[in-house]
Amino acid sequence: MRWTTRIAAVLPGLALVAVVVVLAIEALPVIPVNGLHFFTSSTWNPGNSYSPTVVSHGVQMPAGASYGALPLITGTLESSAIAMIIAVPVALGTALVVVDKLPRRLSSAVGMFLEMLAGIPSVVFGLWGALTLGPFLVHHVSPFIASHVPDVPPFRFLKGPVGSGEGLLASGVVLGIMVLPIVAATTRDLLRQVPRGTREGAFALGMTDAEVVRAVDLRWIRSGFVGACILGLGRALGETMAVAMVSGAVLGANPANLYATMTTIAATIVSQLDYALSDATGFALGTLAEAGLLLMVISLGANVIARFLVRRSSTGTALPVGRGI
Amino acid sequence: MSDASVPIGLPAGRAGSGLVAAGRMARRRLVNRLLWGIAGLMTASVGIPVAWVLAGVVRKGVAGWRWSVLTTTTTSANGGGLANAIVGTTLIVAGVVVIAGGVGVAGGVYLAEFSGARQGSIVRGASEVLAGVPSIVLGYVGYVALVYHFHWGFSLLAAWIVLSVLCVPYIVKTTEVALRNVPTAYRDGSEALGMPTSYALRRVVLRPALPGIATGLIVAVAIALGETAPLLYTASWSDRFPTTQLTHANVPFLTYPVWTFYNLPSASAHRLAAEAALILIVMVVVLIVLSRIVVARTQRHTENSSGR
Repeated sequence: MRWTTRIAAVLPGLALVAVVVVLAIEALPVIPVNGLHFFTSSTWNPGNSYSPTVVSHGVQMPAGASYGALPLITGTLESSAIAMIIAVPVALGTALVVVDKLPRRLSSAVGMFLEMLAGIPSVVFGLWGALTLGPFLVHHVSPFIASHVPDVPPFRFLKGPVGSGEGLLASGVVLGIMVLPIVAATTRDLLRQVPRGTREGAFALGMTDAEVVRAVDLRWIRSGFVGACILGLGRALGETMAVAMVSGAVLGANPANLYATMTTIAATIVSQLDYALSDATGFALGTLAEAGLLLMVISLGANVIARFLVRRSSTGTALPVGRGI
Repeated sequence: MSDASVPIGLPAGRAGSGLVAAGRMARRRLVNRLLWGIAGLMTASVGIPVAWVLAGVVRKGVAGWRWSVLTTTTTSANGGGLANAIVGTTLIVAGVVVIAGGVGVAGGVYLAEFSGARQGSIVRGASEVLAGVPSIVLGYVGYVALVYHFHWGFSLLAAWIVLSVLCVPYIVKTTEVALRNVPTAYRDGSEALGMPTSYALRRVVLRPALPGIATGLIVAVAIALGETAPLLYTASWSDRFPTTQLTHANVPFLTYPVWTFYNLPSASAHRLAAEAALILIVMVVVLIVLSRIVVARTQRHTENSSGR
């Protein structure tokens, strides 16, 4: 039994190695060709598949092919930033209320809402975002923000044409909703581990419960809470289907304002893989592998930091909610 | 607390300082109410997206609902029903529960019962990092490695393996936690009775951990049910019922119509997308209720249900 379980325990590590190796094998030939240009250019041009192929750095590629992932990177970071701005305060407030204020029955109901949010498939969020949220934003929210925000540099990003409803804002909001249960549930579990004695000592000093939250709870869970947020961030960075459905999935340009269509690394992989398979030189496929490696580096970096922070301040049993699915 | 210091230099009389204290108390109460009010609003706002998504999906799905969706297959013109996708998703989920369930539970048992601290932290770390790999990356790797280089074609086997890789970390985690919550006295007791470790594990220690392990499996079912990105390029899609053929046969699944059909021009495709979303939501609700029942049973059996 010890040996069967040991073999099983090795498999996740092997799977991880296999994933990295496959990506690396596909990406290695194209990385020198795409070069630094991959990180600085905004053009995404698969080239002309009808003219003869050309050879660059010893790699065959369609004539005129040129890949720049800058808009994907900025799109990924911007939509995730919006998601965090929405999700983090709501998650913190919810966790505090659930742990400190609500009777057991009600807090279990809120827990059920969170599980619901975590369990709804991302395509369903995408469908809702595309058919319901997008039109709602473009009719009721975006024009209001765009016309009431002062026209000074940091806010200029919020002005301009409000677009069609598909775009950065809609993606950020949908991602925020999807990230919320992860951050909220992890924070709730962290708060439940704050020692009772310390809290009661603070109450005995005459603090109000909001003061206890600030002086004891938040200080106690601080690094764990940052970890919970980064865990949510990792999820937002890697989310694919919902963003592919509500972002407009438009390649080749950085979003000009908050409402413009955009795309992310993950959404590009899922929407371009079909096309990449038709590139007989395999160059497009390799480029998507490079994008995948980049996404792994960004989101795994976030995850590793998060797990470290959450673990250091808790017993390591956080994360009751699934992947968020 | 920096704001707790009273300005000592001021010649405040007894009555004056009382007034200041009363004013400060009122301010603290106000801040307290304000903060909890905001937090309460935040909590209530969690219900908004849930209700909104559910209402939107259910309304669209119910509006055009036909029971024949459950019994007929999709036509090539993107009309008809979803019976093929329902069977396909069931096949996929069943395989994932077997593969990921077997590997994940065994891995969790190893972490909780056999591993040393060093090996444990390596295995745990690998499993946690794996949980953070974006699902589309797994889909890509599944396509390139299994579908293309292994020549399996779009297939049930490729879908099973990719989704299992996705689910295993969660099952490992929940199994380990469930086993760690089993009181040490159970292990000590069975050792005192002279049971071999693996026998004691099977007959004594595993039993109270079963509800916890079951929750992990339910999470895996929910993931396998709701994922799309890893399946698009491994299972692909088919209008016909899936077979039990492991390779070289496309498998239809329920999330596909939601992703593909909502954007097509025909009304029948829109209706199928809405109906597929509705079926998915119903399945997710059933799973959540199921896991609640399991959790409620667990709490009845464990002693440490105290605390906040």
